[in-house]
Amino acid sequence: MPDTPDYSWPAVEKRRVIGKRTSRLDGYAKSSGTAKYSYDIQRPGLLYGAVLTCPHAHARLTSIDAGAAQKSNGVTAVELLAKPGEEIHYAGYEVAAVAATSEDLARDALRKIKVEYEVLPHLVSERDLAKAGSRAKPSGEQVTGDPDQAFKDADAVSEGFYGIPVINHCCLESHGQVIEWKGNQFEYWPSTQNLSGIGGDLAKVLEIPATSVHTHMDVMGGGFGSKFGHDRWGEFGARLSKKSGGRAVKLFLDRSTELQIAGNRPSLFAKIKLGGKKDGTMTVWQSESWATGGVGGGGLPAGQLPYVFRGVPNKRMTHTSVSVNAAEERAWRAPNNPQLSYVTCCAMEDLAAKLNVDPVAFFDKNLDYAGKIPGPEAYRAQLKKAAELAEWARLWHPRGQSGSGSVKRGLGIGFNAWGGLGHPSKCLTTINPDGTVKVELGSQDLGTGTRTVIAMVAAETLGLPVAAVQVRIGDNKYPPSGPSGGSTTVGGVSASTRKSTMNALAKLFEVVAPALGVPADQLEAADSKIQVKGSPSKNLTWKAACRKLGTKSIAEMGENAQRGPGGLIGSGVGGVQIADVSVDTETGIVKMNRVVAVQDCGLVINPKTAESQCFGAVLLSISAALTEERVMDPVTGRILNADMEFYKLTGIGDVGEIIVHLNREPEHDKRGVIGLGEPPVIGGIAAIANAVTNAIGVRPPVVPLTPDKVLAALEGRNA
Amino acid sequence: MEAFEYANPATVQEALGLLGKRWEDANVLAGGTDLLSLMKDYIQTPKRVVSLKGIKELGGIEKTAAGLRIGAMVTLAELLANTEVLAEYPSLAEAARGVSSMQLRNIGTVGGDLCQRPRCWYFRLGYGLLAKGPSGESLVEKGDNRYHAIFDNKGPAYFVSASSFGPALVALGAKVKLVSAAGSRELPVEKFFLAPRDEKGRENALQPGEILTEILAPPGAGVRNATYEVRQKEALDWPLAAASVALKMRGNLVVSARIVLGHVAPTPWRATESEKSLAGKVVNAAVAEAAGKAAVEGATPLGGNAYKVQLARVAVKRALLEAVKARA
Ligand SMILES: Cc1cc2nc3c(=O)[nH]c(=O)nc-3n(C[C@H](O)[C@H](O)[C@H](O)COP(=O)(O)OP(=O)(O)OC[C@H]3O[C@@H](n4cnc5c(N)ncnc54)[C@H](O)[C@@H]3O)c2cc1C
Repeated sequence: MPDTPDYSWPAVEKRRVIGKRTSRLDGYAKSSGTAKYSYDIQRPGLLYGAVLTCPHAHARLTSIDAGAAQKSNGVTAVELLAKPGEEIHYAGYEVAAVAATSEDLARDALRKIKVEYEVLPHLVSERDLAKAGSRAKPSGEQVTGDPDQAFKDADAVSEGFYGIPVINHCCLESHGQVIEWKGNQFEYWPSTQNLSGIGGDLAKVLEIPATSVHTHMDVMGGGFGSKFGHDRWGEFGARLSKKSGGRAVKLFLDRSTELQIAGNRPSLFAKIKLGGKKDGTMTVWQSESWATGGVGGGGLPAGQLPYVFRGVPNKRMTHTSVSVNAAEERAWRAPNNPQLSYVTCCAMEDLAAKLNVDPVAFFDKNLDYAGKIPGPEAYRAQLKKAAELAEWARLWHPRGQSGSGSVKRGLGIGFNAWGGLGHPSKCLTTINPDGTVKVELGSQDLGTGTRTVIAMVAAETLGLPVAAVQVRIGDNKYPPSGPSGGSTTVGGVSASTRKSTMNALAKLFEVVAPALGVPADQLEAADSKIQVKGSPSKNLTWKAACRKLGTKSIAEMGENAQRGPGGLIGSGVGGVQIADVSVDTETGIVKMNRVVAVQDCGLVINPKTAESQCFGAVLLSISAALTEERVMDPVTGRILNADMEFYKLTGIGDVGEIIVHLNREPEHDKRGVIGLGEPPVIGGIAAIANAVTNAIGVRPPVVPLTPDKVLAALEGRNA
Repeated sequence: MEAFEYANPATVQEALGLLGKRWEDANVLAGGTDLLSLMKDYIQTPKRVVSLKGIKELGGIEKTAAGLRIGAMVTLAELLANTEVLAEYPSLAEAARGVSSMQLRNIGTVGGDLCQRPRCWYFRLGYGLLAKGPSGESLVEKGDNRYHAIFDNKGPAYFVSASSFGPALVALGAKVKLVSAAGSRELPVEKFFLAPRDEKGRENALQPGEILTEILAPPGAGVRNATYEVRQKEALDWPLAAASVALKMRGNLVVSARIVLGHVAPTPWRATESEKSLAGKVVNAAVAEAAGKAAVEGATPLGGNAYKVQLARVAVKRALLEAVKARA
């Protein structure tokens, strides 16, 4: 049901701002270094916090003595974070923190804290389920249809093992904050995905009123799902500042601690057996999967396999959650979806190869198993488009037929699916008598372009250029907006901004209607004018119209109602990615030639930042497919690559070409705005792994596809 | 990082006076790209840091009758801008390019590259150069050794020599000059790198009171040389294995060859059998392939690094083919 008034988006042909490629408003500030991240905040007398962590994967802390640290040069406060007798379940766990007048002095002081541990046995790898013992918690078997009969009836059966390890969020701006107390209140500069909520959450644990926290954050350097909470360091950071007489304490995790405890994405390993018919129909799915997300294990919500192709009639699935001595998982951009897509699309391409069916035809054939939204036909159109852009017909060869040279080329496919809608969001629009416009939301821009989208929606609605709208976000004095998770931000803020700016404009129409001699509902805003619908020559310039306000500004709210969004926003998107790689079969090194990403996201407000979300997502997929993994040492139980040297992320030279195709056809546009943060990061790993397999003719089962794994597959040494 | 005294001498003589008898007394600072990380992680905690940046005599690249003299403080970027290096010592140029970050090439020095500490992750986590656990057992043997040595790895050292210049200079038969208060000595680069045999040992011959002042490479004319590094990423990544070769030629025929593997042993690793196999031969694909195979004969991979044997083999083959490729 449409809202009253009708807030719906202007018709495509009437849009002047929405849908136009618009550069990020903070692009210059960021690229020139003038943007101030919370990490950059300087305060008078700023102190530096540092954290001492446990070096053992599993231990009981037997004693802790910070006496010497307390007296150490420059130290203003010490916090003990673990008590004698406490059992510690992973290396990197915070046991003490100090504040000091410089970062070096803080770190030197940490070395004077005496901690003793009784080391306990650890388990840090889940790959070999047989070794997990009581740390493995199987859930019951789920059966649909008659898998045994389906395997008997199948023309071909394919069996394989597939694995995707734990990776870290590795935010370039590490987790942390600056906190400065003023009496019983404090100023708070976190790096967060939850600007409106985080201050209140921290106030609660500190047992002070939520109103006592003033939260600010202008820009932030990456969260990917790991920055919703204030975290332990928010709490002890606040205490360190308080103990230091309120002086500001900057406490951001160092890279090593960041990689150890500030977020990881669970693994997924699976033994999968599939059966199908000669015509390319997959008839049965059987999987035994296991995963870890740290000490809490790694669960998989029931029935999530196979990914996208969930409607396959015969299924048997078991899943085992394994607890290991590593920090807890956190939501990682499209939680669990990349892993599910990886095991599904890889197993399915293996079945296609067994059946001798071209994977494009094979996936197309089985798309009837996909759910209703976005639906089989939308996926089919995307698959066709992706195949065309990837030159599938020209470049694809059946497995193992990639020529006689030592460098082999291959193509592979991956699918993605995601929800959307919008988080709760309130927006306040102020129109001043001098014509200035201010749009305020307690939201955050994770680097995705949220600020720019807000300005574009306001400019479109008010008939103004983007530069005429002042966007204020990143402060909890503004009306609250939800956390940026689940790809709900663009939906939430675009709906609340649309409504708020329309409400403000309606008030302006009321004021200027008498001067133009028509009822307010006969007015429209366009080209920096308020004009009469149908006779645009009867108009007032925006400035002249605003002058009629006299001394009173207009200030109107707008809210994204999560239920009944009134057609402004939607949910349920899909995408298809095709990777094209070359593999040096002598060295096992994989080079990316190209990734094609076809994606829908409903109505596209800013094609430029939308595409850039897809580019970024593809980069993450290349890292996860080829180089990135958390290396846990079986002996010490520690992460061996908690740095940016051996925690290998893809670089610009490793990327190849990326082609992004956004679906902008009318049937997509009419669904309203749908978030794009997560969907494009799902299918890429599967696509790349499938491309490598297509190139070399055998499946290296576990990503990342480093030379050792590719060579092992080539030599038939698959574990 | 522990507080330290900073000294900025203007001459080598002055610098030598500021160094101590033990590593804990003083460390030399060149570009600092390695030293600072070590100090920040408390792997090295010198009481004094002696900067070489102000010492002019440590700079410069000169061609002499004896070959090429490269000052220890020459940056990798300077080396790559030198026409003599580019023309006659492509194996050195390639090693410099392999340090694949513009920032590192602009700041890091040739002397620093040779003297940098190993990147073994156990060493960098504070378990010592020999990476031992609480009861003296090797962490590398049972742990994750994917980047460790496949030659000379019977212990106690398992790390690989980090320097990419090491293998190239050993192949060329270069020397380094080491100066201390007691005097100076010249050492073939091959003798400079050492595999420690006990707790006291280090990865090279440098003594706490010594400075590496220059590198002396024999004349490059007539010596076909090349480096091939197998690396997964284009930037900010280490070679998984590498090979540098230098071939003395008569026409198309190899008179004598030096083949040195990098990142496979605690020192640059000479493949002597492979070298011998080339004498009197024309290097073509089959010969290069055979030389690669001979070069990895006798490798003793650990649990997780067998793949490096294949990579080293390919590196030798490709370096040889690169060396004999017609030059533009
Ligand atoms: C991600 C990454 C990738 C890298 N890849 C490579 C690579 O592929 N190949 C490669 O070779 N290197 C590589 N490096 C290392 C880089 O080349 C070195 O850090 C650099 O060359 C060291 O030079 P520096 O002048 O900064 O040395 P410093 O950090 O100043 O010194 C290093 C060490 O040598 C000692 N030292 C320096 N100069 C002298 C001297 N003249 N006499 C006596 N002692 C001295 C110092 O005391 C210190 O212990 C990489 C580094 C990183 C971080």
